[in-house]
Amino acid sequence: MAPAQVAGATAGAGGGGSSAAAAPPPGPGKGSGPRRSVMGTRPWVAAVFLLPALVLLGALVAYPIVYTIKRSLYDADGSAFIGLKNFGTVFSDHGILTAVRNNVVWVVVAPTVATALGLVFAVLTEKVRWGTVFKLIVFMPMAISMLAAGIIFRLVYEQDPSQGVANAVVVAVHDTFTDNAAYPGARPRPNSDLAPSAGGSFTSKSAAAAGTPADLPLVGIPQNKVPAGAQDARPASPQPGVVTGTVWLDFRPGGTGKPGVIDPGEKALSGVKVQAVKDGKVVASAKSGKDGTYKLPAAAVGAQLRLPASNFSGKYEGINWLGPSLVTPSIIASYIWMWAGFAMVLIAAGLAGVPRELMEQARVDGANEWQVFRRITVPLLAPVLVVVTVTLMINVLKIFDLVYIIAPSSSQQNANVLALQLYLSSFGGGDDQGVGSAIGVILLLLVLPVMIFNIRRLRREGRR
Amino acid sequence: MLRLTARTRTTRIALAVVSASALALTAAACGGGGSDDGDKKSSAPTTASSASGGGDALQLPDLHGQKLEVAAVWTGPEQKNFQKVLDEFDKRTGAKTTFVPTGDSQSTFLGTKIQGGAPPDVAFLAQNGVLHQFADKGWLKPLGPEAQAQLSKNFSTGWQQLGAWKGKQYGVYAKVSNKSMIWYNTAAFSNAGATEPKTWADFLKTAETVFESGTPPVSVGGADGWTLTDWFENIYLSQAGPAKYDQLAAHKIKWTDPSVKDALTTLGQLFGNKDLLAGGPKGALGTDFPKSVVQTFTGNPPAAAMVYEADFVSAFISANTKAKVGTDAKEFPFPAVGTGKAPVVSGGDVGVALKDGPGAQALLTFIASTDAAKIWAQGGGYLSPNKSLDLAAYPDDVQRNIAKSLIAAGDDFRFDMSDQAPAAFGGTKGEGEWKDLQDFLVKPSDVAGAQAKLEADAAKAYGS
Repeated sequence: MAPAQVAGATAGAGGGGSSAAAAPPPGPGKGSGPRRSVMGTRPWVAAVFLLPALVLLGALVAYPIVYTIKRSLYDADGSAFIGLKNFGTVFSDHGILTAVRNNVVWVVVAPTVATALGLVFAVLTEKVRWGTVFKLIVFMPMAISMLAAGIIFRLVYEQDPSQGVANAVVVAVHDTFTDNAAYPGARPRPNSDLAPSAGGSFTSKSAAAAGTPADLPLVGIPQNKVPAGAQDARPASPQPGVVTGTVWLDFRPGGTGKPGVIDPGEKALSGVKVQAVKDGKVVASAKSGKDGTYKLPAAAVGAQLRLPASNFSGKYEGINWLGPSLVTPSIIASYIWMWAGFAMVLIAAGLAGVPRELMEQARVDGANEWQVFRRITVPLLAPVLVVVTVTLMINVLKIFDLVYIIAPSSSQQNANVLALQLYLSSFGGGDDQGVGSAIGVILLLLVLPVMIFNIRRLRREGRR
Repeated sequence: MLRLTARTRTTRIALAVVSASALALTAAACGGGGSDDGDKKSSAPTTASSASGGGDALQLPDLHGQKLEVAAVWTGPEQKNFQKVLDEFDKRTGAKTTFVPTGDSQSTFLGTKIQGGAPPDVAFLAQNGVLHQFADKGWLKPLGPEAQAQLSKNFSTGWQQLGAWKGKQYGVYAKVSNKSMIWYNTAAFSNAGATEPKTWADFLKTAETVFESGTPPVSVGGADGWTLTDWFENIYLSQAGPAKYDQLAAHKIKWTDPSVKDALTTLGQLFGNKDLLAGGPKGALGTDFPKSVVQTFTGNPPAAAMVYEADFVSAFISANTKAKVGTDAKEFPFPAVGTGKAPVVSGGDVGVALKDGPGAQALLTFIASTDAAKIWAQGGGYLSPNKSLDLAAYPDDVQRNIAKSLIAAGDDFRFDMSDQAPAAFGGTKGEGEWKDLQDFLVKPSDVAGAQAKLEADAAKAYGS
């Protein structure tokens, strides 16, 4: 804080000094009285009025910028001058490069989509009776802090479908169209005749013979997942000319059962699909019955038995929203949820100022609604759209909170952005504020062109 | 009302003094005179009483009107338990202490506070490496004579040395943990007919047996990187031996060393088998530590039969599940890997003073005392290296046995490796070892890749 005050003090002193110098006593040589500016005020009066603003700007904007630039040239302790080495670190660290890449994605995608959505909402709500209510709802997320929004979306994207809304929807839709396996997660007892084969199925090593039952032991099914009313498993009776056998849960509580033997009390597994495979082709197939027995026709004799993967395929777990590949798009979506309302309100305000006659004219001339939108509304709104996009771009370059909160630690690096990396480098364990300042300077350089563009556009507008 | 409180307080102090004087006659005179006097002479009575075999001879200064801030990583039941110790301290000294949770990125939290000029008075550092970092920066205040006296009286040299750096004693390891144990659900074990394994091979076999019973065997809290580093450290200490362990902890050998490869391959035998991990690797990555414990001890069948973590798991079990430690939940020592001995990895939180003044020192003195350890121990989920503490203070046999084995191990233990490393490598969310092992959990087949990443991050953080 002390240096800031010093800076402020010098700024103030400088202001005072210059005013003193600029307001010399009425010089006899000039003979035109006290010098006055165009506005007719004395320069020192102007300086006095400007002083508070200058002090504040100097202390809160100019000084931090200058200090950050200076700090970026020093090492982690801030004691040794190391030139541009920190910038070298920034551009060689793969984590920071991910951040740069993600920032590019953010700047390109987020403002565009948010503005486009805002435009659509604004134009459509104009024509709806309940437009105001709709606008209010879309704008509502803006009233929530980034932190709260981050926590909301952390929950929305939760992997467990019973907790995360996004996955609850995905799983519900998925399960409507596909059947669930009878015994998810189960598999044959290891060291039995069945060995894992392609695609999660299990195939017997020996060929099935008629007359000797081929029993298929399964394990890994919780006792309470066995359907209620399941019968005790029964050895299949050998029948001439056909292949028979039993599918059962080869496990008794307490581990008291003998592996591979149908012990009394072990449950039959009904509804398990058993296929007979000859030379890679399915020649026959059957389902196990209530008592676990199955019967395959004569064609199955000499074939290998296979339990297809559909018996065991695990439950569909939904999309891994916050996994390494999807985390950035997921967070961008939450950002758009927040800021589309902002874009909508600004664009709607712009739309109110657009002359209606032009649209009416176009409609009278036979243009359809799309043509009106495309050829009249959008061009007339262009200045507003640019303002909104540019504002959002500046906002997005600085994005920090959403990423910090939503990304779980395991994919934080995949979701990294410059502002987050700035924080992590400066305070997150590495404690290298030199590198942190360097990232700050880079962020400043990235924002500058957008700012300059914005200022120039404003000036142009002011001149008009 | 106010007077009454004041009077009760004086009575209490008087009572404490009387009971102290009964044991140590010399203390009576100065204790009755007032706390200021007592403070000056306290070192003499303390030594006198310790010679007479311990007892309540703790002298704390009068701190009425003083506010103390204590920061530590604890939350939930651990925090509640510690609050009892703070309450007792407030009662004895009249100070007003507040607890501030630091969150997982502790060095960041404290670093920012210290640099901002508002450090807490006392902080408990979860990472030994952070103690070194902070001491080097001159942020820590060495222990005063009273705290030092309690420390030398109650703690073995091994624990004292861990709290020292470059010849100065900075900290008190008041709360430690035995990180070499696996907790299991007794119902799930008896249902599967499984028994406590002694070796890693047995452990895998047990897990297999449990899987066959239909209960997912092992719960891993992969969303918290530190649980993964603890898995690795136990395997490494047992497999590669203590000598290599110390070398790797100091980064004298590289992470690309063949011993690391062996340890990761061993760990991959568990992480790579989706049948053995509750929820598979992806599920494990989405499970944080509290959930990993809770899901092991709720439901029938539970979501997992075994969970690995330190003794403080018992506090989580008692607070968040209906299971009873000792009957429903039991533990067995981490199995020995290969030909090595069963590992004893321990961790701990070291109390350090960040501010000068009698308050911080008095609190550390109290923390180092047997009185504080006793209150702390009664809540469960707490382990003290304080050798003067009567084992009867622990609430159950499980906890008592863990404490007994820890005290019996004397100085024959190894401190958590990731906690000895610089924070950027071993103690920051989403970075360094935490992140690299999370990646390994998802892709356990890529041992070489994990090693390369670990080495790159380690080299950066150790600066070598």
